Amino acid sequence: MTSPPALSEAASVLCLFSMVVAPCAAAGLAIVNAGLGRSRNAAHAVLSALLVLGVAAVAYCAIGFSLQGYPGRVSHILMAGGKPWDWVGADPLFFRGVSFDLSPASLAALFGMFAAGLAALIPLGSGADRWRLGAACSSAALLAGLVFPLFAHWVWGGGWLAQLGVNYGLGGGFLDGGGSSAIQAVGGLAALSIAWILGPRRGKYNSEHMPVAIPGHNAVFVLFGCLLAWVGWSGLNTAGALLFAGPEVRPPLVVVNTMLCAVCAALAAAGITRTRFGKPDASLCANGWVAGLVASSAACASVRPAVAMIIGLGAGALVVFAVEWLEFRLTVDDPGGAVSVHALGGMWGILAAGIFSAAPNQWLAQFVGIATLLGFVLPLVYALNWLLDRVYPQRVSPQGERQGLDLHELGAGAYPEFMSHNDDLWQR
Amino acid sequence: MKIVALFLLLAGWIIALAAVALMQSAAQRAAFALAGAGVEVLGVGLLVRAHMPHHEDRP
Repeated sequence: MTSPPALSEAASVLCLFSMVVAPCAAAGLAIVNAGLGRSRNAAHAVLSALLVLGVAAVAYCAIGFSLQGYPGRVSHILMAGGKPWDWVGADPLFFRGVSFDLSPASLAALFGMFAAGLAALIPLGSGADRWRLGAACSSAALLAGLVFPLFAHWVWGGGWLAQLGVNYGLGGGFLDGGGSSAIQAVGGLAALSIAWILGPRRGKYNSEHMPVAIPGHNAVFVLFGCLLAWVGWSGLNTAGALLFAGPEVRPPLVVVNTMLCAVCAALAAAGITRTRFGKPDASLCANGWVAGLVASSAACASVRPAVAMIIGLGAGALVVFAVEWLEFRLTVDDPGGAVSVHALGGMWGILAAGIFSAAPNQWLAQFVGIATLLGFVLPLVYALNWLLDRVYPQRVSPQGERQGLDLHELGAGAYPEFMSHNDDLWQR
Repeated sequence: MKIVALFLLLAGWIIALAAVALMQSAAQRAAFALAGAGVEVLGVGLLVRAHMPHHEDRP
């Protein structure tokens, strides 16, 4: 594949600046996850986020970018039916082939490092209160070093998904500038695998298999995390759109669409919970807000603001019902709502980008991308985490879970001045 | 049951890929890709069932 057109100097600087604020998305998610967990695991939740980001950055630098690559660089291609199918990048390890000179490839390497960290952070939401620190870091290494770069190559590295338009006439190929698929859905499916492998928290389901409410310990953390994530997402979507969505991208439109998606999703969640329960639910509104951000990433550079509002409304409505459905019907214990927000919100964003596109058959390209997430990424990430669990058990011991991960794994609590009290939810 | 579910997911993906590579018209591609997605839904359903708690279990 030929190289995409180079960015202008102004666009490169804007892209770099946008990436500098992108880590706010990770900070926001870390605080949201900490707030939605129990107080006795709060320090563990934030430390896990820091260490997972670190492991992901190292794994991506060591192996990830060599698998992801960038359009126009060396990669492994198979010919099928007379068409090239670009499967995996073949860059040197440890960023050795990248000259960090504001070239698109170097900006893509930096973007990929942040994106890999964000994807690896998402499963911490579903594994909260019971996932060992070492296991979370090991799982993050697998995700950031192997699964994320492979899918990112197909979407952003000139891979076969991106080429569906050129080779098979499916619109403009798979469209995802900001990472609804490569970051959010990949991380969300990893979160589902982790929730399944770890099993529910002790006391989450009673003897009739009905869920017991375990509210988050700090709603202020959760809601402030949403605002922080909004700043980060604006940078993430702008940088991603500049790098991967073509030279005609208008950054102000990207930021406007990101914001409209988030606010409409939060308003939808607030309206639905107000109608159903009599009062708006803070944690579901926060989940709705983040789901709006997640869904915005795919199409933020290509749709009108009114369409972004529709995508946001859909994401907010989806997440409210998905959280309840997963908890009550499928017995998936996901304290942070990571599966509903990131996996389902991401897939909705991908599909919406196709539905609202004017290009012929764009929806089919998006649909094939979703089929790839479910049919390839989910089995791969599940199998890797299952194997890891065989080698290094991922769930903390029952004693550790009861004591709290702060004391059990770190030796000190997040709130030492507060006296801990008996856990009424514990099954005796 | 989990292994069967994972193979169903993979099979659905391969059907979707084959639809893109082998079919000529957009309608045929869409039909076969939807069929592949249907197989994937079966796989997800089986994987969900494999992780549901059994009635004799006590959490």
